[in-house]
Amino acid sequence: MSATASLRARRVGRRAGHAALGVGFIALLLLLWDLGVRGEWVLLFDIKMGFLPPPVEVARLMWDFAFGGVYDDAYSGTLWSHLGASAFRVLAGFALAAALAIPIGVLMGRSELVRATLDPAVNLFRPIPATAWVPLVLLIIGFGSQATIFLIVLSAFFPILLNTITATREVSPRLVEAARMLGTTRLGVLLKVVVPAATPGIVSGLRIGLGLGWVILVLGEANGIDTGLGSMIMIAREQVRTDRVVVGMIVIGIAGYLSDRVLVLGLKGLFGRRPLVRA
Amino acid sequence: MRGDQAVTAGTTTRAAAAGAAGTTRRTREPDEGGRIVLRGVGKQYATRRGPVDAVAGVDLEVTPGEFVAVVGASGCGKSTVLRILAGFEQHTSGVVEVGGGPVRGPGPDRGVVFQDYGLFPWLTVAENVRWGPRQQRVSRARARARAAEYIEVVGLTRFADRYPGELSGGMQQRVAIARVLANDPAVLLMDEPFGALDALTRTTMQHELGRLRAASGATVLFVTHSIEEAVYLADRVVVMAGGASHGVPGHIAEVVPVELGPERDVNAPDFNAVEKRIAALVHGG
Ligand SMILES: Nc1ncnc2c1ncn2[C@@H]1O[C@H](COP(=O)(O)OP(=O)(O)O)[C@@H](O)[C@H]1O
Ligand SMILES: [Mg+2]
Repeated sequence: MSATASLRARRVGRRAGHAALGVGFIALLLLLWDLGVRGEWVLLFDIKMGFLPPPVEVARLMWDFAFGGVYDDAYSGTLWSHLGASAFRVLAGFALAAALAIPIGVLMGRSELVRATLDPAVNLFRPIPATAWVPLVLLIIGFGSQATIFLIVLSAFFPILLNTITATREVSPRLVEAARMLGTTRLGVLLKVVVPAATPGIVSGLRIGLGLGWVILVLGEANGIDTGLGSMIMIAREQVRTDRVVVGMIVIGIAGYLSDRVLVLGLKGLFGRRPLVRA
Repeated sequence: MRGDQAVTAGTTTRAAAAGAAGTTRRTREPDEGGRIVLRGVGKQYATRRGPVDAVAGVDLEVTPGEFVAVVGASGCGKSTVLRILAGFEQHTSGVVEVGGGPVRGPGPDRGVVFQDYGLFPWLTVAENVRWGPRQQRVSRARARARAAEYIEVVGLTRFADRYPGELSGGMQQRVAIARVLANDPAVLLMDEPFGALDALTRTTMQHELGRLRAASGATVLFVTHSIEEAVYLADRVVVMAGGASHGVPGHIAEVVPVELGPERDVNAPDFNAVEKRIAALVHGG
């Protein structure tokens, strides 16, 4: 009894220790950042730290961006509308990509015929980076939200697809045999055996796809959009507002991190104790 | 009468009868659904180095309710024969019949127990066991009751809501056995089911299997490496020999009847005599 209690206490203690290490390291980075700006350090790649705003400045601007009351300019308190617009685009693109990539991936993973049909096309389109799509997309879709969502779909689609294909191909043949000998139909095997067995791999693909959604966001919002974190960063760059660029970057970083946590925890909540998601 | 039913309606009769009878467990009488006929059966695999004859000329008839063990050196084609009967592999020559009809793919009339269990890791013990009945369109409530019944039979009621990954190997294999029994199969195909278990668990499982199969009335084809296990459980022991690596296709060398009655003592002289005879066949050829 007390043995397990002390074991648990030790585990909690270790976890707290690790968290302290992580937070401490971030504090160290902030300190170096501050010192670098004050001392106008010039680092590798000719990084001129002197051009950066100090962390305290960024924090103050971040506060104003979120809640207003400091500078009271056009940007004060607008964080939430920018974040909302961007999150909507990322989620819409991600959801569409998943809705397309998972079923196609399952079919490609389990059917030689489907794989033979689609593989060459997939390999042709996959290496084209989203950046290379931008000019064409602007020409055939035009500036705006739709173009951004399209670019996000495009870039989230392939990692989800490839992970789904790999995961469904690697499903143990034993599980398929077990289901078949119990009288499961082929469709039943696909939906009730292959998909759950491949779920950890599919989830890995979803996480990569969602992360890429935030990466491509800035690219998509760079042109002809005035609400969104990406557009806010691009406009700040034109105005040489380094501080605002940094604020936008930090917000995107946090949003990307949180969306990944929400995805993983949401799926874990959905699956409960079922061993379907890795860590 | 049951036999006639099974012959005419094939394996669906069994499942339907089981479903209609509800949740009380009966001691089954073997029926014609459990008859196995192999005549001149061969299997040729196409490999990169050309065709390989895994087995050839396998003749075997197993009567309903009979327990037949298959022994023989590695690679002599034991699994191949079993997988052909399961419908996982297509034989390339000869006749394969179960329950009076040709085998066309896997089906719930032939339950398979694998050495590595093959449980669905994302489902609980109870969900694994009611999988089969649910596929046969047994109602949710009945499937639940049937699963509970067979989980009790294998002594895992306390673990019904656990996941396979949380159980020992012996317990997982019990779940796998309950899972196929819940489907009320006419034939049980077991490929070294206790091969991955420790000696103690293995002995327990052998006792339990003897008890279970008597109640289920199923025909059993049981592949094993252990001659003692074969003699302990089987009515007849099929000794296979050869194998692709010997340059001779796997084939049946001899079929040894085990006439030791229902109560068997692994230390009795007559038991050891049968064991020795089979060992000589396996090793000497
Ligand atoms: N899928 C396969 N492709 C090619 N050869 C196979 C395949 N499966 C089994 N074999 C060959 O068939 C022979 C019999 O194998 P198997 O039935 O697994 O033997 P056992 O179960 O008695 O050890 C072996 O020589 C094996 O190499
Ligand atoms: Mg084998």
